[in-house]
Amino acid sequence: MKTNYTYIESNDSGFRLNLKELWDYRDLVLLLTKKTFTLSYKQTVLGPAWIIISPLLSSLMYIVIFGVIAGMSTNGIPQVLFYLSSTTFWTLFAASLTSNAYTFLNNAHIFGKVYFPRIAVPVSNVLVNLIKFAIQMIIVMGLLIFYTVKGDVHPVWQLWPLLPLVLIHISVMGMSFGVIVSSLTTKYRDLSILVSFFIQLWMFGTPVVYPLTQLAEGSTIREIMMYNPMTAPTELFRYILTGQGTVLPGYCAASVALTVACALIGIIVFNRVEKTFMDTV
Amino acid sequence: MKQNEMAVIMNGVGKKYRYGQIGAGTLQGDLKEWYQRKKNARNQERADTEDAPYQIGETFYALKDIDLTIKQGETLGIIGKNGAGKSTLLKLLSRITAPSEGNIKIYGRVASMLEVGTGFDGELTGRENIYLNGAILGMKRAEITKKIEDIITFSEVGDFIDTPVKRYSSGMYVKLGFAVAAHLDSEIMIMDEVLAVGDMAFQHKCLDRMKAAAKQEGKTVLYVSHNMHTIRRLCDRCIVLDKGKLLFDGDVDTATAIYLGAEDIQQIRYEFDADYRPYDKNIRLNKRFNMDVLEVLNTSVPEYEEGEVPCLRLTCTSEQYFPKVGFRFELWYQDGTKTGTMLSGNTAEIKEGKNVLELRPDLTHLTPGQYRADLVAYLYDSDGNEDILDGVYPGFAFTIRNSLNERHYLDWHHQYWGHIRLHDMQVARLPYLEREIDGQ
Repeated sequence: MKTNYTYIESNDSGFRLNLKELWDYRDLVLLLTKKTFTLSYKQTVLGPAWIIISPLLSSLMYIVIFGVIAGMSTNGIPQVLFYLSSTTFWTLFAASLTSNAYTFLNNAHIFGKVYFPRIAVPVSNVLVNLIKFAIQMIIVMGLLIFYTVKGDVHPVWQLWPLLPLVLIHISVMGMSFGVIVSSLTTKYRDLSILVSFFIQLWMFGTPVVYPLTQLAEGSTIREIMMYNPMTAPTELFRYILTGQGTVLPGYCAASVALTVACALIGIIVFNRVEKTFMDTV
Repeated sequence: MKQNEMAVIMNGVGKKYRYGQIGAGTLQGDLKEWYQRKKNARNQERADTEDAPYQIGETFYALKDIDLTIKQGETLGIIGKNGAGKSTLLKLLSRITAPSEGNIKIYGRVASMLEVGTGFDGELTGRENIYLNGAILGMKRAEITKKIEDIITFSEVGDFIDTPVKRYSSGMYVKLGFAVAAHLDSEIMIMDEVLAVGDMAFQHKCLDRMKAAAKQEGKTVLYVSHNMHTIRRLCDRCIVLDKGKLLFDGDVDTATAIYLGAEDIQQIRYEFDADYRPYDKNIRLNKRFNMDVLEVLNTSVPEYEEGEVPCLRLTCTSEQYFPKVGFRFELWYQDGTKTGTMLSGNTAEIKEGKNVLELRPDLTHLTPGQYRADLVAYLYDSDGNEDILDGVYPGFAFTIRNSLNERHYLDWHHQYWGHIRLHDMQVARLPYLEREIDGQ
């Protein structure tokens, strides 16, 4: 008799992350990624060019509103570079969250008919966002090199190997939040209305369109903002890129710890929901 | 020995659901429901005395105590009435939802075809969708590439393969979906009546493909259907589910007979309550006329010889006078195929109030086996239009005995010959022609 079999037990819930199974389905992850990518730009005039155009447009908007009208400081970093790099970085996080916030609801028709490791969907969503990020970084790098040569910014090259870790960290954090939200939206759909509003609020609570130094040292608002798990990574990213930014090792560690905790909770919640959500949805 | 390898072992598997809407969808709704449940618990005693069918929040079993062992290479048919738990069983086996009790061991990969073309995206081309669908069903990219020509050929979509599937006809869509699923390399295939789609030739092709998968490639096939013919064609073992329980497990013929309710064929008195009128809403526009009771007279068991004429007494109630009401029996053979229809040769006059009628169906031409007859009362006009007054499903069930007399030495093969034995033809030797031929 063959010994390799799938065992389905009624009372098995809790922590179970079957990475081997996910690896077996790696082709599905890639195909889903490709599908999401192709479908976002089918029947559009500019196609994938939107990946670059949309952050440029929002950066332009921030330059006008925060740079010109409000006259906020960017700590000497050229405004274009400051806003573009910040939005690109923030978008990676926000998109990882929002694209996964509806995993169960949007895929109910597939999940209800066939089994595959459900985690493939969030993972492919993150891959899509990472690819978009990489494309946007080409422009950011162009600007960065231009201003470095000009002498306006001084990238901290020795810390660049850290960059991938920072990116993985915020993608996983976004994905974990998204997965938790999506697990909850199977029961409480009104939660999904809150998500987009909450993300916007979160962005303004993170030093994305202004540097952290804009807030006075020791002020209450700054104290509160330090607890925002996105604050430290955003400042670190800015510091590595431009040499301007507040490095907060303690808060970075706290942020990573939070991500790990969220990822664990996310996996547990996701496992529970993926087994029975077809009965509730 | 390979033949004895197990494919699926289910141990005391049960699946519990809750009556009523599960989760109200909003937090407010859930709190309300929770309060309702609390209240119900308090009022349990009162509820028990009342004739309430169920309480919101109460649980029931869609499946209970299922022990099932399926060997490799077996083709198992799963039949049962609606709500018997067939779909739940397939959902558990294809891991879409988890059991509430017991455990399941599955040896090998499972390809579930609870729907064809799962995950097809209208914007993608046929070829792209084959890859996506195949990957969703658990195939590797390389495997798909190896098989893609076979899949395209099987699907019969031909040159349309590089066209977005949103431009496909529904038939092409289904064919492509089945083609992908049929070429999976999984050990266990689960199908939920997906064959009920596509044209006839394609359905045959699908069945043959499944048969080949089971017989030549040694795959295990689990097949749910309401169509006893396909079950018979495909399966070599069959289980019957009823109200979540395993009613029968064994050969296909017995299973189909049980499913079609052959065990209640002894009935000689029918009281037509709502259970006999499952399609009432669709066919009956008025409630002016009602068939109440049918009694089978002059016998204790409704078993007849071919050609006998049973005597039936029908009691009905009418709210108005009808000068001419026709009756007909629509006959079904035990395997679920329609045998034929018997019209009343004359009509009955129905007065307001209670009416007692005698029906004398002539059972000539019927071959041995069990039959059920749906009884329909109707009005009709000279243009051939009918107006159904009432219909009961079934109105009468009976057995034609297999009595051996000189015409019936032959066993009747229902699956090839149908269920009606038409008038005999005469055959004779022509000796004078033999002499003529010999003379040449």
